[in-house]
Amino acid sequence: MSFVPHTDLERAEMLKAIGIASIEDLFSDIPEHLRIEDLALPESISEIEAIDELETLASRNVKTKDMDWFLGAGAYYSYIPAVVPALAGRGEFLTAYTPYQPEVSQGTLQAIFEYQSMTAKLLGMSVVNASHYDGATALAEAVLMAWKARENRNRIFLPKDLHPEYSQVISTYCTSFDIEFIRYEGDPGQVAIDEDTAAIVVAYPGFSGQFYPVSKASDKAHEKGALCIVQADPLMCAIFKSPGEQGADIVTAEGQCLGNPLNFGGPYLGMMGTTDALIRRMPGRIVGQTKDKFGKRGFVLTLSTREQHIRREKAVSNICSNQGLSMLQTCIYLATLGKNGLQKVARLSYDKAHYAAQLIDSISGYHVVPKLFFREFLVETPDAAAKIVEALNKKGIVPGLALSRYYPERKNELLICVTEMNTKAQIEKLAVALKEAAK
Amino acid sequence: MAIDKNARYLESHEYAKPEGELMVIGISDHAQAELGDVVFIEFPAVGKELDKGVVFGTIESVKAASDLYMPISGKVVEVNEEVKNDPSLVNKDCYGSGWLIKVAPSKLSEFESLLDAESYGASIGEV
Repeated sequence: MSFVPHTDLERAEMLKAIGIASIEDLFSDIPEHLRIEDLALPESISEIEAIDELETLASRNVKTKDMDWFLGAGAYYSYIPAVVPALAGRGEFLTAYTPYQPEVSQGTLQAIFEYQSMTAKLLGMSVVNASHYDGATALAEAVLMAWKARENRNRIFLPKDLHPEYSQVISTYCTSFDIEFIRYEGDPGQVAIDEDTAAIVVAYPGFSGQFYPVSKASDKAHEKGALCIVQADPLMCAIFKSPGEQGADIVTAEGQCLGNPLNFGGPYLGMMGTTDALIRRMPGRIVGQTKDKFGKRGFVLTLSTREQHIRREKAVSNICSNQGLSMLQTCIYLATLGKNGLQKVARLSYDKAHYAAQLIDSISGYHVVPKLFFREFLVETPDAAAKIVEALNKKGIVPGLALSRYYPERKNELLICVTEMNTKAQIEKLAVALKEAAK
Repeated sequence: MAIDKNARYLESHEYAKPEGELMVIGISDHAQAELGDVVFIEFPAVGKELDKGVVFGTIESVKAASDLYMPISGKVVEVNEEVKNDPSLVNKDCYGSGWLIKVAPSKLSEFESLLDAESYGASIGEV
């Protein structure tokens, strides 16, 4: 496809064909006072100047590689094998648009099918859809899905220990719906789920890193006819019991850590899986495997009748697309690592995080909060965490997230994340620096 | 297209047919033919009271998903479990084993106001 714009001559011909004098006439329906008089754009510059300016701006970024990186809080610094961007960047994949037409989209459809199959296994669910914008929107969609599936029940239990941005997205999504949100603290297995409850959301793990077994909460939910939604760390599911194995009805996750780089503002990857019983309630699209008329294996969009392009206003959601490229990166990442490789990454992260937690907990004034965690843990600090972060930044360390960013009153709390990328030396350097910062 | 003479119809192709004290509700032969292979039906909960004209479920075929409307007010007393497991019964025998729900009617007079076989036939262009 050519992206060369139309010539003046072509524009003149088109204007003549539709019988107007100028492009401005096309906007005559927009009231004068709503139009922008002067865009105040700077003079045009050459490509050389533009690149130079962009590079100058980009050089002000802090690179994960150049720092000792312990910041997570929903976005994780993980290794991405070279084959992932190399394959995902191929033109056949990069330019592929929404695969409405199976006859010209077999590659894209197969990639989606394989992504769905691998992640369904990882999360322990019957089916995973072709993806959502990010983990937070996937969770918000899951809340709506559960609420709609449980007619006449308006109560949804949300953990207090949930990523604050996820809470914000849920509340934005659900503004126009009559849903009563109740926040609970601690073990989801202790929540008083009742007949008015549509669903309980379990964070696996919570924002603080702490997690609880899901089974008790899902059993209790099912006893009362409610659903159990689990927001999971997908890497954690490689070595811990998956939410599906613990009775979850809907599982959502942020898939960035599986083969997608850290980007400010995304694109990230929303994962969602569910059970056979709820498959028709699930938003988003699903690719299925079938046979063509010659009996050869092929792939098509399936269950499209739930979707907006067929059901219009009665569709289960207005999600009508998926996060194609990020999903593809995750698909290739998972296929490259395989089950054993993924377990190894998870195990490394777990071991290193626990080594770090042990060191930090032994420093006077510091206290590791969660009893059970995977690769991220909240630490109580002897001084304002924001101050500690600032001091350590100067030493080339990004020690984590000061919780005061979201909760001004929680000054002395630092969220530390350790992934497979952190070396033993880095972890020990972090512990020494934290100790010095406490003096 | 077959039109069951014992049933009465909505223009949206649902029928109601007396069976003792109850009304059997399903979709017409014309409707199943238009829909094509039926793959899924979403049923209402047994015990639910529904007024005439409200949506009681959805029927999904390989081509489309359509809402199902109550031809008569009443309480759902039974849903067809066999159709739940094998939706193709709607295509094979829509007036017989492919019925959808049974209702205890609350306003029996509504039945008379539905289209009879002849008027329904005319409405779908069959004489």
